[in-house]
Amino acid sequence: MRVALFITCVNDALFPRTGQAVVRLLERLGVEVEFPRAQSCCGQPQYNTGYRHETEPLVRRFDAAFADYEYVVTPSGSCAAMVRDNYPRIGAKAAAEGRGQALAEAAARAVPKTYELTEFLVDVLGVTDVGAWFPYAVTYHPTCHGLRVLGLGERPRALLERVRGLELVDLPGARECCGFGGTFAVKNAAVSAAMGADKARDIESTGAAAVCTVDNSCLLHIGGTLARRGSSVRPVHLAEILAATEEEPYA
Amino acid sequence: MSGTSGTYLGMPAFPVAARDAVRDETLRGNLRHATHTIREKRAKAVAELDDWERLRAAGRDVKERTLRHLDHYLVQLEEAVTAAGGTVHWAADAGEANRIVTGLVQRTGQSEVVKVKSMATQEIGLNEALEAAGVRAYETDLAELIVQLGDDRPSHILVPAIHRNRGEIRDIFVERMGSWGRAAPAGLGDDPAELAEAARVHLREKFLRAKVGISGANFMVAETGTLVVVESEGNGRMCLTLPETLISVVGIEKVVPTWQDLEVFLQTLPRSSTAERMNPYTSMWTGTTDSDGPRTFHLVLLDNGRTDTLADEVGRRALRCIRCSACLNVCPVYERAGGHAYGSVYPGPIGAILSPQLRGTGSEVDASLPYASSLCGACYDVCPVAIDIPEVLVHLRERVVQGGEVTRNGERVTIKPAKGHRGERAVMRAARWALDHPGALRAGQRLASRTRRVHPKRLPGPGRAWSDTRALPEVPEESFRDWWQRTRGGDR
Repeated sequence: MRVALFITCVNDALFPRTGQAVVRLLERLGVEVEFPRAQSCCGQPQYNTGYRHETEPLVRRFDAAFADYEYVVTPSGSCAAMVRDNYPRIGAKAAAEGRGQALAEAAARAVPKTYELTEFLVDVLGVTDVGAWFPYAVTYHPTCHGLRVLGLGERPRALLERVRGLELVDLPGARECCGFGGTFAVKNAAVSAAMGADKARDIESTGAAAVCTVDNSCLLHIGGTLARRGSSVRPVHLAEILAATEEEPYA
Repeated sequence: MSGTSGTYLGMPAFPVAARDAVRDETLRGNLRHATHTIREKRAKAVAELDDWERLRAAGRDVKERTLRHLDHYLVQLEEAVTAAGGTVHWAADAGEANRIVTGLVQRTGQSEVVKVKSMATQEIGLNEALEAAGVRAYETDLAELIVQLGDDRPSHILVPAIHRNRGEIRDIFVERMGSWGRAAPAGLGDDPAELAEAARVHLREKFLRAKVGISGANFMVAETGTLVVVESEGNGRMCLTLPETLISVVGIEKVVPTWQDLEVFLQTLPRSSTAERMNPYTSMWTGTTDSDGPRTFHLVLLDNGRTDTLADEVGRRALRCIRCSACLNVCPVYERAGGHAYGSVYPGPIGAILSPQLRGTGSEVDASLPYASSLCGACYDVCPVAIDIPEVLVHLRERVVQGGEVTRNGERVTIKPAKGHRGERAVMRAARWALDHPGALRAGQRLASRTRRVHPKRLPGPGRAWSDTRALPEVPEESFRDWWQRTRGGDR
C-alpha cells in the first residue's frame, strides 16, 4: 500500500522527529510512504482567525499536491479536522459567493482520502499492536479536534495499551481543552495560560514521565507550559511512541 | 468582589476584562466549583435517556423549521393570543419595547412591579427604563434578587449570581435588603436554608402587594397562543398569577408551532439547565381567564436584532437557543473569565455568538467576542438544539476581520473590517504567499535553523503573550522537508 504523508507546517518546521517517526512506523508496517513536496499548510490558523479568503489557495494546493494518492496520512488531529470539517465549508461559501464549484470539488476530493494517523492505523490497516516498546508511564490527553471533531474515540488508547513496557495512566479532566486554540493562545493569553496551567497540574498529578497527544500544536502549548513550570514531564507525540522499539528505542 | 456596575456600556474588549477575572482567586474558585458541579449533574441527567441524540435532533429541526417560517407562526400566535383576551404589541428594538412596557405600567397607575426572571427584559434594560419613569421593578428570582440588591450585573444565564459565594450573598442581604423592603433578620448566617428563608420573607410582601407582574417566556405555542415559563423556585408562578396585570416581553424566536413541538423542549431544557428530569414549576397561560389570574395580559414581541440575525444563514443558528446554559457550564473559557467579561446579559459561548449579532460588531467588546473561545467544541457537544457554536464563531471572526455584507435594521449594508486587525491581516497575507510558495517557506525554515543558537528564550512585544507563560520551542537543526530531501532525495 502506498500513502502520502501530509506532514503539516508545524511538524515540518518544529517537529521533524514526529514526521520521521511516522515514516518509520508506517514502513515497519509495510506501507510505502511518499512525501509530495508541493504540500504546505492546511490553512487552519488563517481560517480559524477569520481569514477564509487567505485559506483558499491552500485548499487548492492540498488538492493538487495529493491528487495522485488514495490515502493521505497526517500526524495531526486538528489539521485532519481542518480538511474534513472546514474544507467543505470553504468550498460551499465560495460557491454561494458565485465563484463556481471548483473549491467545493477540491474539498470533496480531499475529505475522503485524509486520515489522522490513528484512524489510518486502526481503520485502514486494522492494527492496534504496532510492535512498539516504550518503557515509561504515559498519560494521554485527547485533543479537542481529535476527540470532538474527528471522533477518534478509543483508537489512540487502544494503540497505547498495546505498547510493550508502557504504563498508561488516566489523566484527570482529560476531556478539557488545554487552552492552546491557535491564535487564541496569544489573543486571549491570560485565559489560555490559566487553562494551560490547570492542564499542566492535572498532568503532573498523574506521576507520568510523558504526556502524549495526537497533535503537536497542543503539545507546543502544554510542553511550553510544563517547561516554564520546571516540570520534568516530557511532551511526546503518539507517533514517536508507536515508532519506538527495543532495537530502535525512543531517544 | 468583582463587577459592581449595573451597566454594560463602554465595556473593554474581552481579553482585557478576562485578564482581570483570571487574577481574581475568589471568582475563579466560585466559578470552578459551580460549573463543575452542574456540569457533572447534567451529564448524568442526559445519560439517563437513551433517545437523547434523537431529542436533540428533533429540537434542532423544530427550531429550524419555525425560524424558516417565523412570519407565519408569529401572526398565528398573535391571532391566538388576541382571541384568548390578550393584547399583542410589536417592538422593533429595545427602546420601543421599553416605551411600550413603561406606558402600560403607567396606565395602571402603579409605581412598582414584580418580575419573573427574564433574559429579554435584561437584554433591553427594562428595569433601568422603568426606574427612569419612576417605577420600581423588583426582581423575584433568588439569584436575580442577589444581583439587584448587590447593584451588580448577571454573570450567567440561569444562575445570574454564580460569581457569588454564600458568604458574599449573606453580606449583600444584610447590607441591602432593608433599603429594598423588609430587612434581613438579625444575625443572618450563610447557611443556604437560612438565606433562602430571608429571601422568602423579603419577597412575600412584594408578591402580595404587587398589582403588575412582568415576565418573559421560555416558549410561546403558536397554535393556541399559550405562553410557558419553566422555573425551579415558584417565585415566577407568584408573579404570573397574583397581579391584576401581566406584561410578558418575549423574543420573537421563542415561538414553537404546536404543543407536540413543545414536548421536545420540556424534556431537553430541564436536563440541560438544572440537570432535573422535570423542572419543579411549569406555568402556562393562554390570554386571560375570568375567574382566575391576571385580568389583563399584554404580550410584547421583541425583535431587537433578531430579524437581522435571521438573515444570516450561518449566524441564525444562534436563534435556536433555549437559554439552558449548558454551554456556559462546560466552557473552559467561561469558567476562567467569568460572565461579566462578555459585556452582555448573554455570556459564555452562546453570548459570544449572540451579542455580536444582536448588537453588531461595532463596539470593541462585540468585535472581540467571537475570539473568546479556543474552539474546543465542548459547547456544541452539550447544546440541546445542536448549535455548532465553533462554526458560528469562525463565521463571525470572518465578519470582524474581513467585513462584508450584513443585515442591519432590515437593510443590507456593507461593513468595514473591525479596527485593530491591520498587523494581523498583513501577517496573514504574507503567510498566504509564503505557504503557497514552498521554496520560500523552505528558505525561511533554513534561516531559522541556522540561527537557532541565538534564538531568544523570551520574545519582546506581542510575542510576550506567548513566552510569558510558555517556553518557546527549539527550532530543529533540519526541517522535515530537508531531512526527506537529504535521506530520500530521489523520491518525489
